[in-house]
Amino acid sequence: MLLLIQYTLIFASVLILVALGGCYSEHSGVINLGLEGIMVMGALGGALAMRYLPVSLPGFIFILLVLFFAILVGVVYSSLLAVASINFKADQTIVGTALNMLGTAAATVIVKAINTAANPNDVSSIIQYIEPKKKFIMYFGSFEFNWFMFITLVILFGAWFVLYKTKFGLRLMACGEHPQAAASVGINVFKMRWSGVLISGGLGGLGGICYILAGVSEWRFEYGVAGFGFLALAVMIFGQWKPTRIALAALMFGFFRALSNTYMGFGFLAALNLPSTIYNMLPYIISLIVLALTSKNSKAPKAEGIPYDQGMR
Amino acid sequence: MDTPYAIEMLNITKKFPGIIANDNITLQLKRGEIHALLGENGAGKSTLMSVLFGLYQPEEGVIKKDGKEVKINDPNDANDLGIGMVHQHFKLVECFTVLDNIILGVEPNNHGVLQKEEARKKVLALSEKYGLMVDPDAKIEDITVGMQQRTEILKMLYRDNEILIFDEPTAVLTPQEIDELMQIMRNLKAEGKSILFISHKLAEIMAVADRCTILRKGKYIGTVETAKTTAQELSSLMVGRNVNFHIEKKPQKLGDVVLEVEGMTVASKAHSNNAVKNVSLKVRKGEIVCIAGIDGNGQTEFVHGITGLEPLVSGTIKLNGMDISKAPIRKRNTSGMSHIPEDRHKHGLVLDYSLENNLVLQTYFEPEFTSKSGFLKKDNIRSYSERLIKEFDVRSGQGPVTPARAMSGGNQQKAIIAREIDKDPDLLVAVQPTRGLDVGAIEFVHKQLIDRRDSGKAVLLVSLELDEVMDVPDRILVMYEGEIVGEFDPKKTTQEELGLYMAGAKRMEVKA
Repeated sequence: MLLLIQYTLIFASVLILVALGGCYSEHSGVINLGLEGIMVMGALGGALAMRYLPVSLPGFIFILLVLFFAILVGVVYSSLLAVASINFKADQTIVGTALNMLGTAAATVIVKAINTAANPNDVSSIIQYIEPKKKFIMYFGSFEFNWFMFITLVILFGAWFVLYKTKFGLRLMACGEHPQAAASVGINVFKMRWSGVLISGGLGGLGGICYILAGVSEWRFEYGVAGFGFLALAVMIFGQWKPTRIALAALMFGFFRALSNTYMGFGFLAALNLPSTIYNMLPYIISLIVLALTSKNSKAPKAEGIPYDQGMR
Repeated sequence: MDTPYAIEMLNITKKFPGIIANDNITLQLKRGEIHALLGENGAGKSTLMSVLFGLYQPEEGVIKKDGKEVKINDPNDANDLGIGMVHQHFKLVECFTVLDNIILGVEPNNHGVLQKEEARKKVLALSEKYGLMVDPDAKIEDITVGMQQRTEILKMLYRDNEILIFDEPTAVLTPQEIDELMQIMRNLKAEGKSILFISHKLAEIMAVADRCTILRKGKYIGTVETAKTTAQELSSLMVGRNVNFHIEKKPQKLGDVVLEVEGMTVASKAHSNNAVKNVSLKVRKGEIVCIAGIDGNGQTEFVHGITGLEPLVSGTIKLNGMDISKAPIRKRNTSGMSHIPEDRHKHGLVLDYSLENNLVLQTYFEPEFTSKSGFLKKDNIRSYSERLIKEFDVRSGQGPVTPARAMSGGNQQKAIIAREIDKDPDLLVAVQPTRGLDVGAIEFVHKQLIDRRDSGKAVLLVSLELDEVMDVPDRILVMYEGEIVGEFDPKKTTQEELGLYMAGAKRMEVKA
């Protein structure tokens, strides 16, 4: 039972971080379908940092540096989306899809190149981080507390505060709803959209490193992040682009994802004798059903997906 | 401050490739006056305002504020000079509150954290002072168009703008709201604000403006004091000839019922209530029946139900006695119904098709245009379209092969009217057929509608323009929240009376 809660919380953390990222981008008016690719790149940045940073560093600084590199790579990678969709007015759906394909492929190539350079016989795309991972974990009895749970809580509150209580949030959302109105009162729509996308990249990168640290101690980058970026998009839509609802939606999806890791621990579920693949599929099937039922009433930012054109008044 | 003028635009000339949009135009706005800017579509009003807001740079001419020459490079410069504008299409974020919309861009804040209390007090004080009643915490999407307009006015006042520009502000309002707006404008003037009022509605200009500058085809015609002129004189200055306001109609000869609607209910796409509720009406040969009402009261869905663009929830529609309630659109078209749609780009034309192909959109499958083997008869289409273009005076760059997108709005509308009327329909459904057209084109459209009536056919007109509602039809039905709430004879009613019904303040029982 404790294990189920623990996994639920950590998977929900991933989903919250990435969905909030999507939320920022979409509130600025840019659809970010590239979250999956951004997560992979963020995970790569964090994983490389864990591989090369000396483990002797104090835990606090080590964690901060890993987070920093994950965020940095996510931000840099998301700037591709920003340039293409904001400055060159490209179709945001296509750019996002391109980012997803590029993300996993590039990460695989990079890791393979690094591994082969270190050992010519090693052609895997795996990075190990057994020792570094321990720095992220604290034990309360048998409960494995991951610092990401705390970080996510802080970011969740921060995201809510920034969106609803600050000048920046008000302007950001105006750009996603009615960019012409925003521009007419002197707001620089391009700047706000860039901010939205870059914040989205940072949170996506953070979510990526959080995801590969959630259960395991090594990661094979060929796997990408197994559709978690898309799951986060579903969470964002189900959460109606609102931080508090996103958190609740993420807990629900996190719970089903956690179930697949822990169902053997529940006598009545194990007794059902269902193949484990069923449980693995659950979050994705649930997201299909939930979106089919709820997306009719969903209130997306009105101007999302439409490139801003100053000429249109 | 030794000049009486708040803002002056002197000898402004702005050219675009192939056209002089503003040709040596001078506009001088006095402090504390209401100054009307009058002109038809394409007269250069919008270009002149875009110059004032720095969206275009004029080739010649200067702008002066309080007698001093200023340079305006973008809308922020205009804002810094105290110039604000209520756009025709409001610049409001629908899911924000009134207060959020007002402060957007000039948010009171403490290190980036919003401080709304102060702003709320200022907004409440302003709305008190000028009689602009709006709830600052209501969301824009929940309030009426009139209140949205007040929000726009408060936006300007909150920024302490001294020069207020109203771009066609009355187009979306009910008669009562128009009266209130006029009062608000007088209040603003009394407080020393200078107001520029862009309009082509002469009655409103005569009622509220002190002076009026007239533009025609990009040229400056003159500035007159409204106290020393008449609406008739203004209109001939605007159009360049005498316009016949009176519409000539032959005595009415009523015939059989053409359209009979009974208990029609149509669902709404926007909300869960039905948009049209149990509507019954009849339209006979030789009459024009007009559905009047404020935009968004179910007229669109009503027309979609009749023309087959949307299915009915319940009710029946009979055309010449034949039940067409479930008939597909083509069946309705070939059985004697024509439709001039509300949105000519969405339902009227295929914008990337040529004019000639657009003219046969509903008849291309007839043997006249398609051979038995399924190929189009291009020659027939060409000669047919050439005939229509000539008869209806549709003007375009390259004749039949002009892409519809490249034509002006007025000529696009003429093309649709040509196509729909040439079918000689028993029933013509015309939805806002004069929207966005200038005075000359409006005259043409009205004449076509009257001709249908006089030749013994039925016309169902849907209009938001009160002048049109009063002048054109033989019978007026007012629609409010999806129901017919009043029936009037245009000769025996007034705009004010209609307004009360359109706003839902009064209603009567109407039998089909």
